[in-house]
Amino acid sequence: MLREKQLRASNKASFFTFIFVLFGAFLSAAAQDRIKIELNMGQQRPRLAAPDFKTANADPQSAPLANVFNQTLWNDLDNAGIFEMVAKSFYPSQAPGQPAELNAKIWGDPPPNAGVLTFGNVGVNSGKVEVQGWLYDVKNPGAPQILGKQYKEDATPDMARLIAHRFADEIIARLGSGIPGIAESKIFFVSTRSGNKEIWSMDYDGANQKQLTRVGSIALSPRISPDGSRLAFSGLTRDSWQIMIYSLDLGRTVAFPRNGGDNFSPAWASDGTKIAFSSSMHSGLSEIFVADASGANARRLSAGKGDVSPVFNPKTNGQIAWVSGRTGLPQLYVMDADGSNVQKVTEQGYAVSPAWSPNGLILAFAWVRNYGPGVLGGQDIYLMDIASRQIVQLTHDGGRNDFPSWSPDGRHLVFQSNRSGTEQIWGVLADGTHLQQLTREGRNSQPNWSFQ
Amino acid sequence: MNNSKRSLTLALGTLAALMMVSGCKKKETPPPPPPPAKPVTATLSANPPSIQRGQSATLTWSTENATDVTLDGNKVDPSGSQTVSPTETTTYHLTAKGAAGTQEATAQVSVTPPPTPTPTPAPTPTPITDDQLFAQTVKDIYFDYDKADLRADAQQALAQAAQLIKQKGWKVQIEGNCDDRGSTEYNLALGERRADAAKQALIQNGVGADALKTISYGKEKPACTESNEDCWQKNRRDHFTLLH
Repeated sequence: MLREKQLRASNKASFFTFIFVLFGAFLSAAAQDRIKIELNMGQQRPRLAAPDFKTANADPQSAPLANVFNQTLWNDLDNAGIFEMVAKSFYPSQAPGQPAELNAKIWGDPPPNAGVLTFGNVGVNSGKVEVQGWLYDVKNPGAPQILGKQYKEDATPDMARLIAHRFADEIIARLGSGIPGIAESKIFFVSTRSGNKEIWSMDYDGANQKQLTRVGSIALSPRISPDGSRLAFSGLTRDSWQIMIYSLDLGRTVAFPRNGGDNFSPAWASDGTKIAFSSSMHSGLSEIFVADASGANARRLSAGKGDVSPVFNPKTNGQIAWVSGRTGLPQLYVMDADGSNVQKVTEQGYAVSPAWSPNGLILAFAWVRNYGPGVLGGQDIYLMDIASRQIVQLTHDGGRNDFPSWSPDGRHLVFQSNRSGTEQIWGVLADGTHLQQLTREGRNSQPNWSFQ
Repeated sequence: MNNSKRSLTLALGTLAALMMVSGCKKKETPPPPPPPAKPVTATLSANPPSIQRGQSATLTWSTENATDVTLDGNKVDPSGSQTVSPTETTTYHLTAKGAAGTQEATAQVSVTPPPTPTPTPAPTPTPITDDQLFAQTVKDIYFDYDKADLRADAQQALAQAAQLIKQKGWKVQIEGNCDDRGSTEYNLALGERRADAAKQALIQNGVGADALKTISYGKEKPACTESNEDCWQKNRRDHFTLLH
């Protein structure tokens, strides 16, 4: 596809200096040279200025909703990972609310020195919030308009947030090499805050956290389907663990075949046609199975002693990575989707929780690199370029970090970490910057980012 | 003088003596006979008349016209009471002597042996339930860090447990668990291996495979939550439950 080729060409020479720095500790210079980790983050980051949208009228709801909109928009753009946000301290004192008010020069010149500018206004009329937003190129002569959008929704904070997400995604899609923004994506995770482990969902920025499942026992390992309609997970029944499906449309679990033994860690193929999972139905030990999305036709792929956490290569669905304890401590393996061509991918330490990047080129995972009783050092998130097997360390602050999951744009990850004192969900850019805590209540784990 | 004179003098003398002796009374009537002595009475009673060994009774007596009263040889007041605690049936004797004579009275205190204390019936042994017997004989076994191998003591314990399981025809659920340091999903698989290891050992010791069911709880059902080796070891376990 054209877009992909453009990406590869632009990233061919993309040795990020920050990756160079990250690598320094344990990779040779030659290895560093060979590393190509394609993170779709672009070599050139446009300088974007995003002053607050103006309040369009005196309706009492206008200002508060404008506030919600502005905070959300800024956050979405700042976290996108593809802009260099111009610091607000450099902004001119007056921001335009309409194109007629725009003085492009004062934005394009130093001190702001912006390349692009987004501006607009927010007003509430008759119970509806209306937003007008623009994106202008303020560097080039004539200051061409890149985007002009208009939104109208019910006047609630949730809708103000939604409009901001949509507008941010428009900007990101336009300026970010054509890859859609993630501002409307969702993260599913396990939370204890209702009293027992259940599956919850939240917006990608941590807003709108709500409980989905109500199994009453223990629910683990959430995986949302590619079309976002069904959530697979592993739930404890009276006598065994079973793969269960929660329908987001119906708001309840729907039927899925019951298998013998214990069934863990479901994972969807990115075309939505298959589910892989771990089951002890055959031998009493956990092995990797694949079934149709309906659960029918389950067939055994791996014959290991303690195989779990399968994940499809989302680009091709032709490979599955998973964790096996067949040689002792858990290590990562990759096989073809029919079970053949098994390769061991890690050789040391304690490696778990593989997560394949959307472009199929990078495996994120959790690793205790040097393992053993009494050995200091925690478990961190690492990124491995599959082709070269070169590895970058993403988290460094110690403690226990686990269950990385990629954003749909391949630029972000969420993971669980106990660095704040309790298990919580954290987000980070794939270059290790913009670390932010997304959950705070109860214990939260095993995040899973939606496919779109 | 002659003899006649002498006899006369003697007679007169005697007469004079007699007169002198009886002469203090003026001319009296013969003394009346002494009045008859009042009869002596004696009564003795015991209350209660029947006691159990170890108990007491009160003897109560009264006499009339007695000057010398004894109770079984011991001088007592003419009337009174006394507490006694005979260990055997005893007859008490009261003897009352008076001018008119002697009277006796008796009273008996019967002593019955105390009732043999009804022996507290030995508690009918509550037959031990299967659940209790199971819990006593099929105990948790423990594992090394990241391992699913059975230790020697665990193998012995399972060999013994197998005999009882077979004999009783029990159906057993084996639950594999891990300590909290590993990753959630891998620990579920490790727990599965631990449960399976115990299952295989029981089968090797003769238990039928269909009497055994395994399940893994990974690190989801810890027995304790402290962050120290003591607690971690307690969590790296197979736990066994009796299926009904």
